[in-house]
Amino acid sequence: MIRWLLGLIGLGLAATQALAADPVMIGVGYLGVAGTRSTLSLVEQPAENDGFAGARLAIEDNNTTGKFLNQRFTLDERRIKEGEDVVQAATALAEKNGFIIADLPADALLKVADALRDRGTLLFNAGAIDERLREADCRSNVIHTAPTRAMLADALGQYLVWKKWSRWLLVVGSHDEDKLFADALKRAATRFGAKIVQERSFEDKGGARRTDSGVTLIQRQMPVFTQQAPAYDVLVAADESEVFGAYLPYRTWDPRPVAGSAGLVPRSWDPAQDQWGAIQMQNRFVKLNARRMTALDMQAWTAVRMIGEATSRTNSGDVKKVADFIKGPDFSVAAFKGTRLTLRDWNLQLRQPILLVDGRMVVSVSPQEGFLHQVSELDTLGYDRPESKCKLK
Amino acid sequence: MLRMWRIGLLSGLALVAAPAHAFIAYVSNEKSNTVSVIDTESWTVTKTIKVGQRPRGIDFTRDGKFVMVAVGDDDTIQMIDARTQAVVDSLPSGPDPELFAQDAAGKLLYVANENDNTVTVIDLERRTRLGDIQVGVEPEGMTISPDGKTLINTSETTNMAHFIDTASRQIVANVLVDARPRFAEFKHDASEVWVSSEIGGTVSIIDPGKHEVIGKVNFEIPGLRKEAIQPVGIGMTRDDKTAFVALGPANRIAIVDVASRKVTKYLLVGQRVWHMAFTPDEKYLLTTNGVSNDVSVIDVAAQKVIKTIQVGELPWGIAIAP
Repeated sequence: MIRWLLGLIGLGLAATQALAADPVMIGVGYLGVAGTRSTLSLVEQPAENDGFAGARLAIEDNNTTGKFLNQRFTLDERRIKEGEDVVQAATALAEKNGFIIADLPADALLKVADALRDRGTLLFNAGAIDERLREADCRSNVIHTAPTRAMLADALGQYLVWKKWSRWLLVVGSHDEDKLFADALKRAATRFGAKIVQERSFEDKGGARRTDSGVTLIQRQMPVFTQQAPAYDVLVAADESEVFGAYLPYRTWDPRPVAGSAGLVPRSWDPAQDQWGAIQMQNRFVKLNARRMTALDMQAWTAVRMIGEATSRTNSGDVKKVADFIKGPDFSVAAFKGTRLTLRDWNLQLRQPILLVDGRMVVSVSPQEGFLHQVSELDTLGYDRPESKCKLK
Repeated sequence: MLRMWRIGLLSGLALVAAPAHAFIAYVSNEKSNTVSVIDTESWTVTKTIKVGQRPRGIDFTRDGKFVMVAVGDDDTIQMIDARTQAVVDSLPSGPDPELFAQDAAGKLLYVANENDNTVTVIDLERRTRLGDIQVGVEPEGMTISPDGKTLINTSETTNMAHFIDTASRQIVANVLVDARPRFAEFKHDASEVWVSSEIGGTVSIIDPGKHEVIGKVNFEIPGLRKEAIQPVGIGMTRDDKTAFVALGPANRIAIVDVASRKVTKYLLVGQRVWHMAFTPDEKYLLTTNGVSNDVSVIDVAAQKVIKTIQVGELPWGIAIAP
């Protein structure tokens, strides 16, 4: 009894001291590119603060938790303009922040990762979906919360095969990233037993995405473009460049559904996702940002929450300690996807379910039932350990 | 008769020579916006009551006269008159109420409001709001100590059990548990609090005096992925010897030996099992199975599922008349 009482007094003292001390400050930087890309659909046009807004919400969430642990999180935002030196900007951010969320093209991200390596800054790739960042070009100081093209393609492929839509008409854009997505879709077809009955390419001849009488023209072009195809179940479009994909639904020569870059689209997150407690976070997001939450917002939110989760578990703001915990076997994070998310230890990619969305609703969530795996069913999406070319260093 | 039952319950005495008795169970159906009424003698649904939107947390008032059901999307708690089985009033909760706890006297109701990180305190007699307590992100699980002095709230994204002094309405301690804590339950002797972590896949056992996690219940089901094991509802027998834990999409109830904190048996119930309630004689345990739209009846002594009852869509919470 006396020991118990003494323990209680001791605990009380410790708690008082902790409260009296200055909070542990945890600086998070966010490095993005200024300006937004143009999309075919006005509804899909990203907001100026796409991604940043997700990070801001996660900082708030972390601080609500942090007030119980005497930890305080800050967000330092930086957008680089065309022609600006990305390494210089990243180094300046790293002066004050041990963690940096990056939404950068692959090459820029690699430059930053290599420049900050000796400093010990931990980077989170929230934007780039390129496979090579997790394969030949993987880095031990870069954690990926963005899914990869192969994960997205596999998620879609599993569903199409489950639906028994196994004959695909593949239409590929003329830009490099369109071809990369097409490669991922072809890999998915091979893995899950679908057949690409024909591949067509859609040349980007330039032209405006906003015109006054566009609909009339598109309505004539798209049926012609898709006619005389071999028998197929679904048209799969690879158009990351936003040149033609969104023009396809309801305009194909044969009455067929569209998937891939338009129609049924694989994404890490969607404004329509309300399952697994997501509604509360969606509400918090709208309240804070006066708009709905995108996939990039979610990828940034998850990155900042991973930092918060690790700092509360380790009760520390020390970057090395936090990084080791995140990369260790005991780490997982909850992100409203019905299952815990963990890291693939061979390339630091976050395992995650992928939503299949149509712009209004979440149609399905992959992995689909029946796609089994000996470690985690989430590893049926994307490149698995035995296939990986990544050597972390 | 009802009164006698209550006295038995309140004083925590084991009931001896209880006569065979029919009870009435109320099940909230999250998707149907209804409450199904089940008669435990015939094991049939005798009535379906229309309630507000997204009914989840459900419980009786201490006097047994009303069933309170949190209808989250209507931002209120509705009161169902147990005699007429109709909605007669509503309580001023905060936004998106989900689970709640009441004090032993049945005078104060504490409501977790998932949307604004608060716990709302309601005067049940006057049916007015007394105040709010700031807690972590997405408050959910609620339980009150048998002496009524400590309220425990779990917050799903902060991953903590907040210990709140009911007199001062201040947080006195925060205990970190595994990811997405959803439900909290006191042992009847007040020596331990059990908190389930849905995403973490564990139940943390907290010493309420020291405010420390002193043990964990782990689950392992051969042939099932760890991710599918998502503990939510907890039920504990009055003798504190056996605990039942609902494992969500694992479609099973784990039976746990409280002393050794080890699982002794898994019972296959319906799909995505959420919550549970004992009949007052503790002969039966009823579980709500969200995805299969039914309620499983477990014979507590035999540790067997004996019956399945079809209810509304996405059954979530359950309360049984005292």
